Amino acid sequence: MKIVVCIKQVPDTNEVKLDPVTNRLIRDGVPSIINHDDKSAIEQALRIKEELNDGTTVTIVCMGPPQADVALREALAMGADEAYLLSAREFGGSDTCATAIIISTALKRIGFDLVLTGRQAIDGDTAQVGPQIAENLGVPQVSYAEEVTVNGKEVLVKRQYEDRYHMIKVQMPCLLTALQELAEPRYMHAGGIIDAYNKDITVWGFDDLKDGLNPDDIGLMGSPTRVVTSFGKMQKGAGVKYDVPAEEAVQIIIDKLEERHLI
Amino acid sequence: MDFKLSKTHLLQQELYRKFAEEEIKPLAEDMDETEEFNMDLLAKMHKYGLMGIPYSKEFGGVGGDYLSYALCMEEVSKKDGSTGITISVHTSLYCSCLDYFGTDEQKDKFLRPCIDGSATGCFGLTEPNAGSDAAGQQTQAVYDPDTDEYIINGGKVFTTNSGFADYCTVFAMTDKSQGTRGISCFVVDLHQKGVTISQNIKRMGIRAAQNCEVTYEDVRVPAFNRIGKEGQGFKIAMRALDGGRIGIAAQSVGLAQGAIDEAMAYVKERKQFGRPLSAFQTTQFKLADMQTKVDAARLLTWRAALTKDSGENYSKEAAMAKLFASDVANQVCREAVQLMGGYGYCREYPVERALRDAKITEIYEGTSEVMKMVISGAMKVNAK
Ligand SMILES: Cc1cc2nc3c(=O)[nH]c(=O)nc-3n(C[C@H](O)[C@H](O)[C@H](O)COP(=O)(O)OP(=O)(O)OC[C@H]3O[C@@H](n4cnc5c(N)ncnc54)[C@H](O)[C@@H]3O)c2cc1C
Repeated sequence: MKIVVCIKQVPDTNEVKLDPVTNRLIRDGVPSIINHDDKSAIEQALRIKEELNDGTTVTIVCMGPPQADVALREALAMGADEAYLLSAREFGGSDTCATAIIISTALKRIGFDLVLTGRQAIDGDTAQVGPQIAENLGVPQVSYAEEVTVNGKEVLVKRQYEDRYHMIKVQMPCLLTALQELAEPRYMHAGGIIDAYNKDITVWGFDDLKDGLNPDDIGLMGSPTRVVTSFGKMQKGAGVKYDVPAEEAVQIIIDKLEERHLI
Repeated sequence: MDFKLSKTHLLQQELYRKFAEEEIKPLAEDMDETEEFNMDLLAKMHKYGLMGIPYSKEFGGVGGDYLSYALCMEEVSKKDGSTGITISVHTSLYCSCLDYFGTDEQKDKFLRPCIDGSATGCFGLTEPNAGSDAAGQQTQAVYDPDTDEYIINGGKVFTTNSGFADYCTVFAMTDKSQGTRGISCFVVDLHQKGVTISQNIKRMGIRAAQNCEVTYEDVRVPAFNRIGKEGQGFKIAMRALDGGRIGIAAQSVGLAQGAIDEAMAYVKERKQFGRPLSAFQTTQFKLADMQTKVDAARLLTWRAALTKDSGENYSKEAAMAKLFASDVANQVCREAVQLMGGYGYCREYPVERALRDAKITEIYEGTSEVMKMVISGAMKVNAK
């Protein structure tokens, strides 16, 4: 079985600050990391591979600038088998829709049984790319995966919802988007790092994918999304939790609403 | 010449840093208090390759070099000196004897499980009456032709890792009349009959390391376990110690850098006379001096590692690195405590432990005086 994990290199938001004037991320000098959800997807893929122990392989795909090479080396050093970097000037400025088009074009060439992506990237938080790839590939998808079990051609997914879980059975080929909670990632292996740098990473530019790509659909020009403004989150005050019987709770809420002249 | 680490080294450094931060730092204070090494930590270090860095993949090693190993020693020792020495004795004292002098069969049996599994090694050279003068070995190994075995009798002291290790390279006299050339090296399985291991010796620092007295009473080892030829033992020990000193230099750099990092964070927070301590010029200048010394020590350490990796003779470079870095570690850790005042002196802050740990770097794997003997010898100061 062939598992493909799509990963993104993102700025480490623990270290990121917002520019107070433009409200954009200041990325200069900020270390880059593999997006957390994506790293958990890598770990899940490696666990499936180890559990099945039947020649299953894990392939990593990353679209990004040449510097994203190190993210792929890290994934290889964790135990992935091969890696592809999708990197071209033409891809720059792509929004989630254009990104998904480029990645799905690559995935069609690479081939797969199971595609894992992270739920969302910490520098955009859209959670759109995974589902869009599945749509482009015409395969079923399960988002927000918190537990994954492979059974022959079938995958059982525990899908996190706001107030409940869904247990979903899905046939491969399919795509899952992983939550950070899906699997705690392992460290790289020291020897894996040496191996990772002895391996060749396949770099695909526009020309390599052009048979399946319409240049009008990708890059800044092919991206329908327009960012109107971006701004920092308003800090909400800390909430108060009342652990009281329903009757009392209702009264507290009514009092609060009256206090603020809302009712 | 450039001073930049390669991509492979940078990614390894990232691994060792992350591992030290997440796995070692949370345990260090408790391990020091209880004077016990955490066995889960040891298992994890084996699992991620930290116990076999400079050894070839052919025998299950990481396939890294001595610079990689020095990077690991620095990152680990930033958080805990005890963990540093545990890795160091295993890697550069035990494993190196086999790597340099073992046959492929011996490497398969005694090196592979230690770098590709969970077995741990130690190094038994020092005896109560043979410290700096390691040639004065009293432990004896007598060959028994009937069984093709050696019978070892004697006592070693300060054998680091012996509290939990599986194998030890033991140095013993096979021919007293030959002096230094009468010493041989044997791999001894520490779980075997006749081996007695004491409690962890009570010490000032690196208290979590398991450093015990080991006595050998009629311990029989197959002749297969002799590393190198009879009489080559002293040479083997000295080769191992040359490499080991690079590890200790890196441990010293780590202890010092860790103390600077702690002190930096503290002086920015702590306010006296209405200002953070970092606003005082004496504080700024002290930290400037400390960091300059640590950078110099690191460069000497990396030079020694690169010299070794290039295949050239590196005894002098390794001795210089250890001599200088161990002195810097002591100065810098002492200053870090000073910068942090009474709190720095408290066990709650890791600089107190770093200062206690730093002292040993001037003593083991050859004292600073012995380093000067090695360096001046290489300089041929006393030659005509
Ligand atoms: C925590 C710890 C861990 C250790 N781990 C190991 C280990 O794993 N394996 C192992 O085999 N050993 C180990 N050792 C032993 C260590 O290497 C020795 O303690 C060290 O080599 C010094 O020997 P000594 O203690 O006998 O001191 P001595 O040799 O008695 O030296 C005492 C002092 O005299 C000085 N001195 C000695 N001779 C001369 C001279 N000719 N000229 C000038 N000054 C001199 C020394 O420099 C020192 O300052 C360890 C020691 C400690 C404390």
